[in-house]
Amino acid sequence: MIDRRLINNFDWSIFLIMMTLSVISVFTIYSATRPLLDDVQKIYYMKQFYWILLSLFAFIVLISIDYKWYARYAYLIYAVGIILLIAVVIAGKKGMGAQRWLHLGFFSFQPSEFFKIFFILALSRYFSGMRQGESIGFRQLFKMLLIFFIFPAVLILRQPDLGTMLILMFLFISMTLTAGLQKKVVITIVIAGMIAVPLAGNYVWKGLKGYQKHRIIAFIDPQADPQGIGYHITQSKITVGSGGFFGKGYMKGTQGPYRFLPENHTDFIFSIYAEERGFMGSLLLFFLYFFVIWRGFDTAKKARDREGCYMALGVTYMVAFYFLINVGMTLGMVPVVGVPLPLMSYGGTALLSNFIALSIIENVSMRRYAPYY
Amino acid sequence: MDKRINIAIYLVILAFFILLIRLWNLQIINGDEYTRVDKRNRIRIINIPAPRGIIYDRNKVPLVKNKPSFDISLVKEDMSGKTMDYEVLGAFVGLEPALLKKKIKNAASTPYLPVQLRQDLSFSEIARIEARKSDFPGLQVDVVGGREYVYGHAASHVLGFLGRLSTSQRRSPKYKNLPKGVYAGQYGIEKIYDNVLRGSSGKKVVEVDALGSIIQVVRIQRPIKGDDLELTIDIRLQQEAERSLSDLTGAVVAMSVDTGEVLALASAPSFDPNLFVRGINTEDWQRIIDDPEKPLLNRAVQGQYSPASTFKIISAIAALEEGIVNMSSRYYCNGSIYFGREFNCWKKHGHGSLDINNAIVESCDVYFYEIGKRLDIDDLAQYAFSYGLGRPTGIDMEREAAGIVPNTGWKLERKKERWFRGETLNSIIGQGYLLATPVQMARMTAAVVNGGKLLQPYLIIGDEKSGRAESEIKISKNTSDIIVKAMINVVSAPKGTGHYAKSEIVEIGGKTGTVQVVSLTDDDSEVRAKHRDHGWFIAFAPAEKPELAVAVIVEHGGSGSSSAAPIAKRIIEAYYKNAAGSEVEAAPKKGDLL
Repeated sequence: MIDRRLINNFDWSIFLIMMTLSVISVFTIYSATRPLLDDVQKIYYMKQFYWILLSLFAFIVLISIDYKWYARYAYLIYAVGIILLIAVVIAGKKGMGAQRWLHLGFFSFQPSEFFKIFFILALSRYFSGMRQGESIGFRQLFKMLLIFFIFPAVLILRQPDLGTMLILMFLFISMTLTAGLQKKVVITIVIAGMIAVPLAGNYVWKGLKGYQKHRIIAFIDPQADPQGIGYHITQSKITVGSGGFFGKGYMKGTQGPYRFLPENHTDFIFSIYAEERGFMGSLLLFFLYFFVIWRGFDTAKKARDREGCYMALGVTYMVAFYFLINVGMTLGMVPVVGVPLPLMSYGGTALLSNFIALSIIENVSMRRYAPYY
Repeated sequence: MDKRINIAIYLVILAFFILLIRLWNLQIINGDEYTRVDKRNRIRIINIPAPRGIIYDRNKVPLVKNKPSFDISLVKEDMSGKTMDYEVLGAFVGLEPALLKKKIKNAASTPYLPVQLRQDLSFSEIARIEARKSDFPGLQVDVVGGREYVYGHAASHVLGFLGRLSTSQRRSPKYKNLPKGVYAGQYGIEKIYDNVLRGSSGKKVVEVDALGSIIQVVRIQRPIKGDDLELTIDIRLQQEAERSLSDLTGAVVAMSVDTGEVLALASAPSFDPNLFVRGINTEDWQRIIDDPEKPLLNRAVQGQYSPASTFKIISAIAALEEGIVNMSSRYYCNGSIYFGREFNCWKKHGHGSLDINNAIVESCDVYFYEIGKRLDIDDLAQYAFSYGLGRPTGIDMEREAAGIVPNTGWKLERKKERWFRGETLNSIIGQGYLLATPVQMARMTAAVVNGGKLLQPYLIIGDEKSGRAESEIKISKNTSDIIVKAMINVVSAPKGTGHYAKSEIVEIGGKTGTVQVVSLTDDDSEVRAKHRDHGWFIAFAPAEKPELAVAVIVEHGGSGSSSAAPIAKRIIEAYYKNAAGSEVEAAPKKGDLL
């Protein structure tokens, strides 16, 4: 059943970096949740470890299935994703002011985490159906917008999950641009955007929730209220900055365990890492992520077919966006939107979804030479 | 397609570089700055007040106690960003929501500066708040050094009280480096010796989490307790003096004849210093301020009265020393004398023929008018000065009054007028411009009976001023003997004006004085009560070898003979009973004001 060539073509670099980052994740979570204020070490790091094992299992199962099957059932999978999103809106569990969780008796998960992958599969299926050299015109763009973007975006905003919505938007734009837009479409959108944004800006602003507005204000001027809405940004910058060149050393960070930096083991895990490992450690982390992204793009270029190309491309874009937005956020360059750092942030569903995403790159990479197809 | 993917790769590389530059900026360029902020994030400095020195009486009886009091304050910034619920917080700390809101709104806008919500919480309130403190991050309980004045009113003018620093005090170098909101002595010994009693406060450097809870103590600089003070006051004698003045207005000073140690210094009415400890409330303050008898006035050192006939001691010394009279000189008193105008003796029908001894014993005015006709005012003033009148004694009390000893120079300077001979006749019997404080009169009495040592009265044992004679007064042994003998006769002779001071226990000497407030012509009893004469009595005991000098003034008490002499006797008797050992009376209840 398993072709030797599949193993020969296995991209070990992606797999090893993925595992390296996962291990760093467990250690960083352990340090970030050190019980300096309580007596008991929280078991986040163990949970993360179990999720890594589960995700690894999923990874191995998924790479053994040829991605052509994904492409074949992409629309069906997409429909299931939409149904799950509707289910969340109707029956979801509330947590932290948002309704993102679906409770399935034995475990809870966030469907929007997986939906991003379903979304990439569906878009890839759609783009690969286009004729060679064809570029996307107005009618096609509107159709796609309606099916692949507006519908899910509305559902996700209902939760509300601004982070995922933004990722979907970036994915849609970047994949469409890569697939090729007609010149007149690009020009029209740029002009329309220049007119519409100032007009619609006020309306969009009013539509945002209070905390979302706060995050944007805080991003523009974190000093305006360092204890209130600018708190995350200011504390994160202090955390990263106090790391210096070589860092304070592992288990020597204080900002997280002393609770100055909230959500230190989830969205702000990079700050904790940068505090303890300094500029040198961060540089290494940047390199690892960049390598994965570069391998992703390379896989897309060398894929055996257009389905594989778009799938690898979409997943790579997703990882890149996640990384850039999350790190940009912790460095105070991007407004605080709830976006985790792939593979590093604590969170089972996100970890599983990231392993699944990388499994797709690996899947495409392994099967790039398949003469009998 | 590949071309577009390459563009994407370049864009990603660009984005990575931008993040790296930012990271470089945060960690390398501004790293030190953020490290500092990070440290401040965790470190708070808590002031530990130093225990104040204890004030003891001469027998090592503590007169004050340090009693910690609990305050509660709020760091607004630590209220974890939640909107303040004044209702809930108010109920929790026991404040009206409206009042709480006002306190927080009116507080200075300095970030992290605690806003004081309440003072002096009871122990059970503190226990309740501490138990649920985690629900209200930002609330903090401060332990503040409080002070308890064990004997309430007793010696209140000497001990004084604590209070908040005034704005001008805060600027003065004397109170430099004191932590904010500290209480310092504002009256009496507490104020004068504040730098001794204060000690130096300590510091606790603690590591806190974002909620302000203490994680660990990094460093403790222990406070240094203030030095204790031992007063020359004997609290038993002090209490006796205050009891004998109860319901009266006046003052008592009792001092050691040989050293100047002040054993009792009482002024009535007095106040309860416990009311001032943590900032007096408006109601009590108004009550004290509006009291026509001015309880905050320390009459023993600030009250200036005509010495009246007590001054005849100085006049007699001057007359004997200047050779105007001698032991056998006699004058006839028929009740008045004419010297430019009519000068009356207090005894309408006159004393008849008297010598100097009888003149003192019976306090005959005419005898002294005769002296006054022959004595120069500047010579008389010189004797008064040498016995310490007309200038502060230098006792360790605030705003001590100087009194007045008039002479020709003083009259010219103050009244722009030359001295009239008739005015000498007023001065010689202690009336007219003459003014003296009870502490001056006590010191004068001591100097008369101790052989001419003018002592520095003092309140602190171990003070460098202790026992030091300011000057030696050169008078002949003969004069001294005549005066002391006459003063003993004032009390013991059948005609003596001070016979109310006669004691079964000890032989007492003294001199009465009666200050005419207004000359009374009508018999309206109400006017009489309000304008009754002030009574003086200066005394010493025991007669053969004096140890204790006492000065007593009773405002509107009537004659010195009837009002002040019995008080002096009571104090002198108490002094001898104390020497035999007696119990200290328990403190009156707190809040019992006057």
